[in-house]
Amino acid sequence: MDVFLSYLLVFALALPLGWYMARVFSSQSTFLDVVCSPLENLVFKLLRVNPRQGMTWRGYALALVFTNLPLGLLAYLIFLFQGSLPLNPDNIPNMPWDLALHTAASFITNTNQQHYSGQAQLSYFSQLVAIVTLMFVTPAVGLAAMVAVLRGIMGGLRPDDNTGAIPAANLGNYYVDVFRAMTRVLLPLSLVLALLLTWQGVPSTLDSAKTATLLEPSAESTTQTIPIGPVAAMVAIKQLGTNGGGWYGPNSAVPLENPTPLSNLLQMIAILLIPVASVFMVGFFTHRPRFGVSIMGCMVLLSAALTFFMLVTALEPNHAFKGLAASSANMEGVEQRFGATLSALWATWTTQTSNGSVNAMMDSLNPLAGLVPMVGMWLNVTFGGDGVGLLNFFTYLIVTVFIAGLMVGRTPELFGRKIEAREMKLASIALLISPLLILVPSALTVAMPSLAANSNPGFHGLSQIVYEFSSATANNGSGFEGLGDNTVWWNVMTSICLILGRFIPIIAPLAIAGLIGMKKAAPQSAGTLRVDTPIFAATTLSVILIVGALSFFPVAVMGPIAEHLTLGQALPQPIPLEGVR
Amino acid sequence: MMQSSHRRAGSIIPQGQFATLLLESAKKLSPLYLAKNPVMFIVLIGTVITAVLSVEKIISSQSFLYELTITVLLFLTVFFATFAESVAEARGKAQAASLRSARADTPANRVLDDGKIEMVSSTTLKHDDLVRVGVGQLIPADGEIVQGLAMVDESAITGESAPVLREAGGDFSSVTGGTKVISDEIIVRVTSLPGESFLDRMIALVEGANRQKTPNEIALGILLAGFTLIFVLVVATLLPLAAFIGVRLEVTTLIALLVCLIPTTIGGLLPAIGIAGMDRALRANIIAKSGRAVEVAGDIDTLLLDKTGTITLGNRQATAFIPVPGVTEERLAKAAHLSSLADNTPEGKSIVELAILRGSRVETGLREQAEFIEFSAQTRMSGINTPDGKQIRKGAPDRMMRLVRESFQKVPPELQADVERVARGGGTPLIVTEDGEALGVVALSDIVKKGIKERFAQLRAMGLRTVMITGDNPLTAKAIAAEAGVDDFLAEATPEDKMRLIKAEQQKGKLVAMMGDGTNDAPALAQADVGLAMNSGTQAAKEAGNMVDLDSDPTKLLEVVEIGKQLLITRGALTTFSITNDVAKYFAIIPAMFASTIPSINALNIMQLSSANSAILSAVIFNAVVIPMLIPVALRGVSYRPMSAETMLTRNVLIYGLGGVIVPFIGIKAIDLVVGLVF
Repeated sequence: MDVFLSYLLVFALALPLGWYMARVFSSQSTFLDVVCSPLENLVFKLLRVNPRQGMTWRGYALALVFTNLPLGLLAYLIFLFQGSLPLNPDNIPNMPWDLALHTAASFITNTNQQHYSGQAQLSYFSQLVAIVTLMFVTPAVGLAAMVAVLRGIMGGLRPDDNTGAIPAANLGNYYVDVFRAMTRVLLPLSLVLALLLTWQGVPSTLDSAKTATLLEPSAESTTQTIPIGPVAAMVAIKQLGTNGGGWYGPNSAVPLENPTPLSNLLQMIAILLIPVASVFMVGFFTHRPRFGVSIMGCMVLLSAALTFFMLVTALEPNHAFKGLAASSANMEGVEQRFGATLSALWATWTTQTSNGSVNAMMDSLNPLAGLVPMVGMWLNVTFGGDGVGLLNFFTYLIVTVFIAGLMVGRTPELFGRKIEAREMKLASIALLISPLLILVPSALTVAMPSLAANSNPGFHGLSQIVYEFSSATANNGSGFEGLGDNTVWWNVMTSICLILGRFIPIIAPLAIAGLIGMKKAAPQSAGTLRVDTPIFAATTLSVILIVGALSFFPVAVMGPIAEHLTLGQALPQPIPLEGVR
Repeated sequence: MMQSSHRRAGSIIPQGQFATLLLESAKKLSPLYLAKNPVMFIVLIGTVITAVLSVEKIISSQSFLYELTITVLLFLTVFFATFAESVAEARGKAQAASLRSARADTPANRVLDDGKIEMVSSTTLKHDDLVRVGVGQLIPADGEIVQGLAMVDESAITGESAPVLREAGGDFSSVTGGTKVISDEIIVRVTSLPGESFLDRMIALVEGANRQKTPNEIALGILLAGFTLIFVLVVATLLPLAAFIGVRLEVTTLIALLVCLIPTTIGGLLPAIGIAGMDRALRANIIAKSGRAVEVAGDIDTLLLDKTGTITLGNRQATAFIPVPGVTEERLAKAAHLSSLADNTPEGKSIVELAILRGSRVETGLREQAEFIEFSAQTRMSGINTPDGKQIRKGAPDRMMRLVRESFQKVPPELQADVERVARGGGTPLIVTEDGEALGVVALSDIVKKGIKERFAQLRAMGLRTVMITGDNPLTAKAIAAEAGVDDFLAEATPEDKMRLIKAEQQKGKLVAMMGDGTNDAPALAQADVGLAMNSGTQAAKEAGNMVDLDSDPTKLLEVVEIGKQLLITRGALTTFSITNDVAKYFAIIPAMFASTIPSINALNIMQLSSANSAILSAVIFNAVVIPMLIPVALRGVSYRPMSAETMLTRNVLIYGLGGVIVPFIGIKAIDLVVGLVF
């Protein structure tokens, strides 16, 4: 019931938000123009950006890369030298180079995978300037790229929509899109959420950590240091921006970060809100409501299936207690305040979107329940990260259009625009990213135990490794934990996954949209493939499952499934690779 | 047509060619050749590796049966793929050979500069040579008639038994080498040499010698290569990952898994599907200049169809006699009959037939005594002066009404109304007069072909728009268009109008197909996305189009579209089948890989396969044999009926998608029941 109501609330809020976002990105007037427009004009003047200048896919992609690069670099330098920078009342030291690299990569990619523990290793300056800035910018970048792709598949903006005519499909102006996403979508929403969370008791201060005297002092300690800070502001954007990185190490399981049932509900809704609203936006933005509904249908079905499977498996009793009289749901690693159901729901939602915040310990989930978050990240299309979830879906859509288009006896086309060799090349590259960045580093990690310093053996140990790389590649950020991941090996390897896993799946769809946007559209007829019918949605779903999930069937078997099947049996011992063959 | 239906029958493999086919397939096993096909190239590499492993085992005298069996199966997988391609090529060649047989060495009468005739072999002819061809002689090479006219039997090329008229100048001046002159004598200027003629060049294309991959084939190839790469990653990383959980995997087994997962079915059949598409066109007596042309045919949105021959039966026919008040139908029929006695046009003959049907008879001897008035451009009427002095005339309404007035007779008001009614109904009204008195109207109508309306309805369901092209006036054209159920029409069409229409449609993003024969059609044929030239047409028209119809049958345009669609559907269907097959293969092989070390994993062995080795072998065997089993589908194309895109998608997703998931479960289980007895 809780689950159903939570879904319902998300959809009730996302529908009007989607409508509003479509207006924002079509440059139609909105109620925030009074505040935003003058600010916008000022910023563009300072940055010397002509907001009416359209961009080709190349221009858009270059602007995207060359704004992200300096931001990432800046964040890296801040982490590296935070000890000597201001706003550091708790005297937190500099980060080592590899951890700084990983943290910068993690936040510039909207992942927020944390190999550090929030409150202990980041100064207020790092949190506020580097982390929170990137938390606002990166979801805006994702939304902007998505909007550009939508413009491309509809043939680009018309020439009269911009001043400078450009030779290829006009995908809009990157700076305008990012700025509008930040000022008109992310900022106002986070402001509301931050206030609500502060009301619920989440700290909102720049004071240093509090020291409390323990009521029951023990021999070792008589006082406890309680880190606080501007937590509410960060948590709001952490959830809305599919970021996921918490102020505190244990994330939203910490009472200060997530104090009440209401704050838990608010945060859960915030996780799904913008990704779901983006799908609603597709229908409004393209003026093809049925297209939006069909994408929504695919995603809802997948999301519901994952959630259902999660609830069934996570609420099974812990295997260690099997046979005991009082067997309830597995409560290991579950925050008692929220209970098993809401923890399970959070776990699946946070990995269906590329959020990655947690309110329970993923590592302690029953084995099959631990598979659900992984599937969510392998597919990465059930709503997905802000903007990028739809981009991933778009790649599958292109592949489906190609195969289904042939089956209706025409050379494949999306909205009348042909999909040819170059588009297929780009889509294939995007498809390849997930298996490449998850399977290959995992294999290297187990093949070189001395280098990787892997901590745990057996099926569960394998799950932890695969989970970590899945989380990095899918830009999710959640951790299975139980992995000693703050080492040079892990920091560098996951940084590679983070960056490639972010930018290639953004740039490939941009390029595809730019290429097909230039093509002449054939008019729709009874003989052309429609992408807004139930049968097409079902076909897309099958392609996602067969192409996206089947690649990971072997690791799923070797990890969670084998663990589930062998519960209570002796752990297998690794065999040296030289002995294989 | 008889011949073409004969060609359609027959088995998949051309008779008596099995040995040649095996040789051809073996030649294609060369790594250089296979490198063009990434999927099959990977299988070849896998075969080599398992072969080496087998030899290793044999040398170290270990049990090698499993490795050797896998090696043989992988080899067969590649071989079946090259075999499929060879069969497709052989069918094309057999088809081409039957066309060529008519074009062997023939004697030729070369006309020398001084006008003398020299007997030479056709092989020695050069460009622009003049040859004289008389009755009963074969035309030695393709050319243009420069002098004379003749009836030519073209059945060797077209299968059409009725001879056709060919004459110098105009649209019917081109003749084809290998056809026979059956009346008169013509002088032909040679335009291409035997073996290099236009048709020869195109036949060579069909044979696959110069075949180039089509754009869609390249795009699909890239997608398949992408899938292959994904599965290479999946399988390659399995070895260390499995070692981590204490499972030792055999390289042979990994290669078996890889080959099962990569899309070998479509990878193996893709070249054959492309060749077969052109081959199917050839079976319909259409020569496509490129595979691309066939592919584009599937995308056609608008069909420009000539009214005559496509929509209506050849010529107009008399369908009714409408007398004015005071005149019996009998009298009108008799008068019309008499006036048409000397009229040998199809229209005239049809008037006579209708009159006889209405009971009119002509007295014997009348023919010899009567005086016939021939139709001329000046008088614009024809008729007869009977021995008893009656002047009977028939002609177009405006001319005949003038005649009535000139004879100081009254034009009955009903006559005007009848004339308009016939014209509005799509017919051509003729007025018959006797001594200046109007008797009534003869209605000539186009007879719309039986079943054509249903055919157009099907095309509409497929999203195709049909435009009728006619020289008729708009009123007539509209009526016929309505009766035939075309979507639009172009009346009083000139070649320039056609060109404008094609460009306008293309401007809207549509692809247009048309058929034409005349030289003035050439620009439009070249502009259209599919230009189907009639073989009876001029050389210019044939050069301009991208397909030639040997039967010169206007309805072929519809067939071309269907062949194109069928080609694309076959590609899509087999791709879907190939990919969905992977589900069952995973469930066969993955449990088999791990169950020996981790017995609990046997819970995933949902097919209850008898042993690990048997499970893997069964999957590999299924993967190999599915290729030859699908060769007939690849060559004949998947069954296809015109229907809307949505219905078609639903149907094909159910058959090839859902079927692709279910069939291998059954197939692998069945094979396992046998293989399990040995392994």
